[in-house]
Amino acid sequence: MAEARTPLLEVRGLCKQFPGVRALHEVALELHQGEVLALIGENGAGKSTLMKILAGVQPADSGEYLIESEPVRFQNVRDAMAAGVALIHQELNLAANLDLAANIFLGREPNQFGFFQNKNIHNEAAKFLKRVGLDLPTDTLVGNLPIGKQQLVEIAKALSCDARVLIMDEPTSSLSQTETETLFEVVHDLRRQGISIIYISHRLGEVKELADRVTVFRDGENAGDLAKDEISHDAMVRLMVGRDLSEFYDRQIHSPGKVVLDVEQIRTPEHPNTEVSLKIHAGEIVGIAGLVGAGRTELLQTLFGVTPALGGTIRMNGELIRPQSPRDAIAAGMALAPEDRKLHGLVLPMTVRENASLASLKRDQNKGLLNFPAEEAVAEEAVEQLQIKTPHLEQVTRFLSGGNQQKIVLGKWLALTPQLLMLDEPTRGIDVGAKREIYRLMEKLAGEGMAILFVSSEMEEVLGMADRALVMHEGRIAGELARNELSEQAIMQLATGTPLAA
Amino acid sequence: MNKNTLGIFGLLVAIFAITALLNDKFISAYNMQNLIKWSSLYAVMSIGVAFVIITGGIDLSIGSVVGLVAVVLAYQLKVKGIDPGQAIITTMCMSLLIGLIHGLLITKAKIQPFVVTLCGLLIYRSLGRWLTDNQSLGPVPLEDDKGYANIDTINSLDQIFSGKIAITDSFNLPTPALFLLALGIAAALFLNRTIWGRYLFALGNNEDGARYSGINTDNMKIIAYVICSFMAGIAGILFAFELDSVQPAQTGEFYELYAIAAAVLGGCSLRGGVGSILGVVIAAAVIRLIYNSINMLGISTHLEFGILGIVILLGVMADEFLKRYSAQRAAAKQKES
Repeated sequence: MAEARTPLLEVRGLCKQFPGVRALHEVALELHQGEVLALIGENGAGKSTLMKILAGVQPADSGEYLIESEPVRFQNVRDAMAAGVALIHQELNLAANLDLAANIFLGREPNQFGFFQNKNIHNEAAKFLKRVGLDLPTDTLVGNLPIGKQQLVEIAKALSCDARVLIMDEPTSSLSQTETETLFEVVHDLRRQGISIIYISHRLGEVKELADRVTVFRDGENAGDLAKDEISHDAMVRLMVGRDLSEFYDRQIHSPGKVVLDVEQIRTPEHPNTEVSLKIHAGEIVGIAGLVGAGRTELLQTLFGVTPALGGTIRMNGELIRPQSPRDAIAAGMALAPEDRKLHGLVLPMTVRENASLASLKRDQNKGLLNFPAEEAVAEEAVEQLQIKTPHLEQVTRFLSGGNQQKIVLGKWLALTPQLLMLDEPTRGIDVGAKREIYRLMEKLAGEGMAILFVSSEMEEVLGMADRALVMHEGRIAGELARNELSEQAIMQLATGTPLAA
Repeated sequence: MNKNTLGIFGLLVAIFAITALLNDKFISAYNMQNLIKWSSLYAVMSIGVAFVIITGGIDLSIGSVVGLVAVVLAYQLKVKGIDPGQAIITTMCMSLLIGLIHGLLITKAKIQPFVVTLCGLLIYRSLGRWLTDNQSLGPVPLEDDKGYANIDTINSLDQIFSGKIAITDSFNLPTPALFLLALGIAAALFLNRTIWGRYLFALGNNEDGARYSGINTDNMKIIAYVICSFMAGIAGILFAFELDSVQPAQTGEFYELYAIAAAVLGGCSLRGGVGSILGVVIAAAVIRLIYNSINMLGISTHLEFGILGIVILLGVMADEFLKRYSAQRAAAKQKES
């Protein structure tokens, strides 16, 4: 069996530290030839960091990295490629304005004295495109291809560099159902050709279908491995969260109160031709699921006034509002913890105190003058209530961990006691401990009557936290699932545009 | 005082001490008066541009605004014989309007600050030349000049804007220093003690982050440009009274570069979000001091720009290295804990 052979790729005792975060600790991983290894774990478990180390994007602090039992030390992506390890990014790195052949040989154009030798690259490119099942003219512009095909081009590009190990980072997160199926076929094909694949995904259904073996990470450490016949949904989840799910997502269902947010037929600038309607009650936790690009973040941003609605009505507590800026939305009692904490949630170079008080400065002002005692109190309250781990209030937020940063964002809003709290990927890049605290906080706030609307790409989070889930597909709400109807399968079906079977 | 301000203050003291040691005429009352006067004039402009730089923007039109304000003021007083108080109000309104237009173009029309204010630099300069047919003229009548209405008022305004207050028998404090003191304190209070000051720092560091926190970032940026042009306007009036003759083509030329240099040397980052008024004021004084020292020490004046450039470059480099060093130490500390 595979276990007896020397692994093609192996790491042992790998450690990586970022300021304020222990990303990887004594991590081990093995990959055999022709194997599909699924790497799973919650956000912030260290998967992406490991992938970047494997692919030469960043070095490890310590530990061994062996390819065919030979220790290697990659300085950059080029080194990794030369050793046959290629990373297929979540965000594709293709030049949209170039054709297929040019993209595949980008940076390695056959040339003489700097002049293109154009003849062969089209034939060569066609060869690699065929291996990923793409039968397209090699002079097609990449920008004209749908995202699923672009991904295949990216894979073909890796193959053209003699890649033996392909690392796929959430390859299906923005693919339609058909595109996903095509990708699966390609993965099976590549395995037959002897290519090894490390497959990172949040979709446990996919993992079950594709993987020969599963390695689970939790909090930057190995949480366990599952052989082919041990792979099951429950086993994976148990390893990922480290305990039973029911304990992790400690939910009590509150009887929903009055309608807090009532949205009718609004259109977002991102999807101007689709209308979205929804209602959220006090004390309710509503999750929005869907694929990347389904318009979930855009919906929250429109409600919050970042990108004002093109049409339709928004009512808060029955009152019609037209948020043209976050300021308007905040005045109406909304708050948003945005998806990108570092870009939108915090002012990173500023301190815990300055960030926690930023939204409430105006309320606490003394004729325009800063009210320092009130500001201090707001920050202290946030640190205490949310158990933010910071040496002091004057700590610059850049140096805090993702979990603590997110808590500061939440603390900033809780100081204003909003009626509707919107959370976009509330636990992305956060360790399990902080994650649990954020779930507890959501539960507590809902218990106190706050309406909570959250967007999540983590299936488990939606299944575990939502009283009700709205599933979005191509800008519209494809379906609504009550708590007792929630299942990974139902969500995936709606998210990929397949109507639910009656 | 933060580290950066302390550093620039050290530089000021060092150059001062060296020049004083090498030339005993340096610490004469006359030279000190001049140094204080010119430092004050430069510092007023520099404070203004610091606001814009803190938001992450830039204002290249300052020199032309100084020139236009000086020209328009002199024109009103000499050619039109308008009531001097009214003339000053008109010119101040003009500079506020210029700032408002800059702000609106940058935030609402979303044109880059560099482009908006570069065009401003060209436009205001040519407006002044066109208005006066490029003839030099002074706001204050020279002794034999009878061509002014309201001579008495003008002379008393001259005492305010370009006067001297006797401190000792030989040393007189130039009044622009008082303007700097008042404006500097007001600016520092605004930046550090009001919610709007905090908003400026927040949006300079992360505009989206500030907006998502409910700050009206557009309005705050407009305010920064208005403050900048307002300060340039005040500087323009001070310069007009200081100079016997305002030259439409030259007055204020390149001043935006001195102001930006002072702001940067004083600790503002062109990336936005950082800056201290005290640092900027000291840096403006350093720039004037360098000029003065070059003269005092008999160094060829052709080297003025070169020396200035090297000092600013070294200052900013030292600051950058210090920052990196302390960031590394903070990261190392973090790792240990």
